[in-house]
Amino acid sequence: MKSLRQHTSLWLSLGAIILIGAWPLVTGSALSRETMFTVLRSVALASSLNILLGYTGYVSFGHVVFFGLGGYVGFYLIAAQGWNLWPAMLMGGLAAGLLAYLVGAAILRLRGAYFALATIGINEAVRAFINNFEPFGGPTGMTLNFKLYKVYGGPGAALQLSFYIMIGLTLLVVLLSYWVRVSKFGLGLLAIREDEDAAEIMGVTAPSAKTWAFVLSAIIPGMIGTVFFFKNGTIEPGLAFPLHTSIEMIVMIMLGGQGTVFGPILGAAGYEALRDYLLVSPLFKNLQLAISGILLLLIVLFIPRGLVGWLRQRYAKVRRWLI
Amino acid sequence: MEAILRSLIDGLLLGFVYGIAAMGLTLIWGVMNVINLSHGSLISLGMFSLYFLFTGLGVHPYVAIVITAVLGLLLGMIIYAVAVHRIINAPHLSTLLATYSVNMIILGIGTAILTTSPYNVPFDLGSIKFAASVVPTTRLIAAIVAMLVAGGLYLFLQYSRLGRYIRAVTDNRDAAEIVGIPSAQILALSFGLGTMLAAISGALIATFFPFTILAGGAYELKSFVIGVLGGLGNPVGSLFGGLILGVIEGLVPLAMPTTWTPVLEFVLFVLILLVRPTGLFGGSE
Amino acid sequence: MILQVQGVTKRFGGLQALTKVTFDLPEGQILGLIGPNGAGKTTLFNVIDGVYTPEEGRIIFLGEDVTGKKPYYLAHKGLARTHQIVRPLNELTVRENIMVGACFGHANADLGEAANIADEVMEFVGLSDKAELLAGSLNVAQKKRLEMARAVAARPKLLLLDEVLAGLNPSEIAKMVDTVLAIRDRGITIIMIEHVMSAIMNVSDRILVLDFGKLIAEGTPEEIAQNEKVIQAYLGDPKLAERLMQGD
Repeated sequence: MKSLRQHTSLWLSLGAIILIGAWPLVTGSALSRETMFTVLRSVALASSLNILLGYTGYVSFGHVVFFGLGGYVGFYLIAAQGWNLWPAMLMGGLAAGLLAYLVGAAILRLRGAYFALATIGINEAVRAFINNFEPFGGPTGMTLNFKLYKVYGGPGAALQLSFYIMIGLTLLVVLLSYWVRVSKFGLGLLAIREDEDAAEIMGVTAPSAKTWAFVLSAIIPGMIGTVFFFKNGTIEPGLAFPLHTSIEMIVMIMLGGQGTVFGPILGAAGYEALRDYLLVSPLFKNLQLAISGILLLLIVLFIPRGLVGWLRQRYAKVRRWLI
Repeated sequence: MEAILRSLIDGLLLGFVYGIAAMGLTLIWGVMNVINLSHGSLISLGMFSLYFLFTGLGVHPYVAIVITAVLGLLLGMIIYAVAVHRIINAPHLSTLLATYSVNMIILGIGTAILTTSPYNVPFDLGSIKFAASVVPTTRLIAAIVAMLVAGGLYLFLQYSRLGRYIRAVTDNRDAAEIVGIPSAQILALSFGLGTMLAAISGALIATFFPFTILAGGAYELKSFVIGVLGGLGNPVGSLFGGLILGVIEGLVPLAMPTTWTPVLEFVLFVLILLVRPTGLFGGSE
Repeated sequence: MILQVQGVTKRFGGLQALTKVTFDLPEGQILGLIGPNGAGKTTLFNVIDGVYTPEEGRIIFLGEDVTGKKPYYLAHKGLARTHQIVRPLNELTVRENIMVGACFGHANADLGEAANIADEVMEFVGLSDKAELLAGSLNVAQKKRLEMARAVAARPKLLLLDEVLAGLNPSEIAKMVDTVLAIRDRGITIIMIEHVMSAIMNVSDRILVLDFGKLIAEGTPEEIAQNEKVIQAYLGDPKLAERLMQGD
């Protein structure tokens, strides 16, 4: 019945990602590949978190924990156990999903700010634990022996492979995000977001729905963690669990529009473009953080629904095709 | 045994300072249900306020704390007016992000001007022997100042007219407005008081520890833990929460490497959130 | 019996909200639930649909003891309700709101079926032209219809209506009463809380009266209207009560 309008958004989203991914292949520049790798990573992380934050209405302030844990598990398997990237990446995703499942069952009972605080606590607890966990190298972390890249055809080819995998993962996230948004499961999540008690009275099994949303939003960040640190060559607690990365994900979602498929993509790409600009501008280089802060404040105060949300609210016609 | 006692005293003294930092956080939460994510950067500002007043203008550190407190109060009210008031009734995400953006702005400007290298207030009052252990005088004084501030806040909330207004707004903002309490001003004042407490705690810490512009972040996380231990929204509970955390930090290193302390703290934090979100001393909601 | 409430007691701190409430409800009836403000009517609904667990007593729904079960369990089994203070899912469209009822309630529809049910139910309650509006943008009367539509879309066996007439004007009331009767004619058993006496006296097969958490009377509308105890307790003013009972 409404299949046409829904597909528009999907094609728009997939098209945007393919454009971002194809750009470095066209220019052939390693620098633009690095830039686009970062953009895709942001798009994928923001879209993942959006499943929990945007659809379900639970604000995870510590979502980077899944990226970090997945990164550590995958990196450990590659660096210390000699695993291939692919199965290691799967394990990274599984580890993140498992953590989300266990933690989610407990802390998703908390509402609002209490949940947000608990997620910060979980992130800090895991970070502090890994700081002390000798198999993962404790505070100094782990380093990849560059010889390991030979399996993939040398360091250059390994970087290239990481980029392709990142494109694939981003496409996967967007398909997942879209599927959730237009599925019955997703409708239940939206109902929870709007009014959890009313949703339960209407028959939405909120505890399990929330837990699965949490798990779905955690798996791909875990896989991205493995790929990111595989490409990076080293991993340490400070790189794996920075609280500000969690908040950047939220900012990107807010910028584009929470609870929509296209919003986080737009928001992540826009945020990265802005940051790139600020970092190269001699005037703003040192004030990049402050300017991002001002931008965030303006969004929160004046367009809390983000760009896509604002368009949807403003124009009923847009609502019909842009989700 | 002596080592235990010494660690205990160290921890307790520090606990009072932690306690008033957390008190600021929990006061704001209690009055307006806002978790102030700029708390850490405000603690840092308190540290630098003391630093510049002392090294730049030659103000005595304990006078500088009073000035810092006033500046903190004003800054907090400005932050409330600019960043919080408009969204005070919006979902939690909005106020979390708004206060975090204030954090980013302060840290961004602060890092640009001050860099992230450590600063140190060259101020030393020697040490005194105190119950079988030797403590730096500055830490003892800090604990006493913290107690005085906490006591003063309690008296203010309990007995002054503005304090009663604050408690009324905490209980029920709509009802308070109906009886003619200017809730917007009271909310701004509360935010100012919370900020003031953050600034004072930062200034006190600066009298005995070196610091950077980012140092407040660690104390913000401690404030969360303490706030939850003592019950979010319960300022008096925060003082006890601070003491508990201080004791944990004093005693844990005797049993295991210091680096395990944050693991214990945050596991405790999450557990208490789950089991008793009203805190160890809080009643039911 | 579709529903048996046996000796249900519910306390909030020191406040005794319900005291040993007992009644049976046969299938296909409309049961009116009346009583002064604060008598415990909405609390009784909340106990029946699992929002609260009673301190004492049992709730038996369709032959199963469902005391202490979660609201979604009861919804799956065939219970649906509306809220006295409407609770629309504001950022979803009217159609999506109703689809939530159809998807997750007793109907357990998939999205396609739910869309069809939504179309049919919107027609039934008169919201078809509002299908694509955000629920938050409706007026109160429309939101009440939306609550009703969501509940009906769940294809429930038992429907709890909490003051669906409150705040409506006389023509809206008449429309809503027709809707309630039409729902009953679909074979859905109904308990309704209401303050609009003329309406409840007309549509109810039987009436329960709650006062201070206790069931003080039970009977047909005629019996209740004659019941001196009810009139006393209900209004403390027999004359005013009489006038209300006659629907002035």
